Amino acid sequence: MTSTITPYEDGPLIVRGDFELRTPDGTPIAPGRATIALCRCGRSAIKPFCDGTHKVINFRAGADRDTPKPR
Amino acid sequence: MVESGDRRYGPAPLPQPRGPVSAALHDALTSAPHDLPADLASEFDGVDPIDNEDLQLTLFLCYELHYRGWRGVDDRWEWQPSLIALRSRAEAVFEVAVRALAGPQPPLLDGRMASALAAAVAADDGPALSAYLQQRATHEQFREFVMHRSIYHLREADPHSWALPRLGGPAKAALVEIQVDEYGGGRLDRMHAELFRVTLERLGLDNGYGAYLDAVPAVTLAGNNLMSLFGLHRRLRGALLGHLAAYEMTSSLPNRRYGRGLRRLGLDKAATRFYDEHVEADAVHEQIAAHDMCGGLVRVEPHLAADVLFGASAALALDRLFAAWTLDSWQAGRSSLRPRGPGAPITLHVDEPHRATGSETASLMTGLAC
Repeated sequence: MTSTITPYEDGPLIVRGDFELRTPDGTPIAPGRATIALCRCGRSAIKPFCDGTHKVINFRAGADRDTPKPR
Repeated sequence: MVESGDRRYGPAPLPQPRGPVSAALHDALTSAPHDLPADLASEFDGVDPIDNEDLQLTLFLCYELHYRGWRGVDDRWEWQPSLIALRSRAEAVFEVAVRALAGPQPPLLDGRMASALAAAVAADDGPALSAYLQQRATHEQFREFVMHRSIYHLREADPHSWALPRLGGPAKAALVEIQVDEYGGGRLDRMHAELFRVTLERLGLDNGYGAYLDAVPAVTLAGNNLMSLFGLHRRLRGALLGHLAAYEMTSSLPNRRYGRGLRRLGLDKAATRFYDEHVEADAVHEQIAAHDMCGGLVRVEPHLAADVLFGASAALALDRLFAAWTLDSWQAGRSSLRPRGPGAPITLHVDEPHRATGSETASLMTGLAC
């Protein structure tokens, strides 16, 4: 099983490949399409999927690992 | 001239003419291919092409020959040289007007195509058609909106597919990833055009391909002609991808509002599925379109950056004109469709629209608060 998860700048996580989406008790969640977008801003009305709300709330996030500033 | 037996899939019924050029072309199309009068396009000198009914219908008559064709019209008209010459004259007038409307494009900073597209979309301050449809539109107004949109949605994604053979590399892979989803992953019942057909049926509307061509005004034809213009000219492939990106990037949120509007009006899940599907699908597509498709294109062909932004701006500009036309009509108490004359019959199915049950409506209405 190979799949990729890609953070898109200021947007969702895009998942491609051979993956299965499940609830914690193991029930499959139908992805509806081959490539999916998972909510990263926390405000989607159709979580775990993205619905574009990140644009309304001005969500900002990079496309790589965030490195916290030293305190 | 083999005719399909299923009017859902085309060919389209030949619409009524709207002026001297479309009348001459319409008449010519009903007989075997022959040369059109050479000076026909001179009628278009000095007109404002975007709201010119005769010019937009002429373009549409020419372009449809490359899609599903016209019922009763010889397929060989598609490449008849004098028709192509007429089309080229109309396209030149149209393209100049669209470029003026879209305005100058900002230079691309550090090759950041996705950011530039996002900025163009964020700066778009069109009239709030989707908010109106969500909160206030009457049942009849929503039906009008759907009739306008049927011209595109019944061939959804098709104009952008013309980019496929014109691209190689990352932009092509990204476009395929989007188009596969538009076409339902190859499953008929999931194809977006088919989902839209269900919405038409639930609203008691005609699901035939091109059924509402006589009803829609020039501004609606112009939005469709823009995609055909970009799609049929390889030199405009950057604009075609920019156009698709702008559509994808301005889709999720309005489609959520359209779905809510239909639920407010009591329509059921089957009716809203087309819009609900677009909320989720286009949240995926907009990322792929901006970053992988348009970003991928300008990494390979950096000189196309301005074209990509032009295509996006043109899409947004024509959408603004459509929204303004529709809302202005409704605010003035008029229909946004063309008046029904004896030459422009509008056939409506008389079936009662399928409505949600009371409890289903109540639970869906709760969802509006979030």
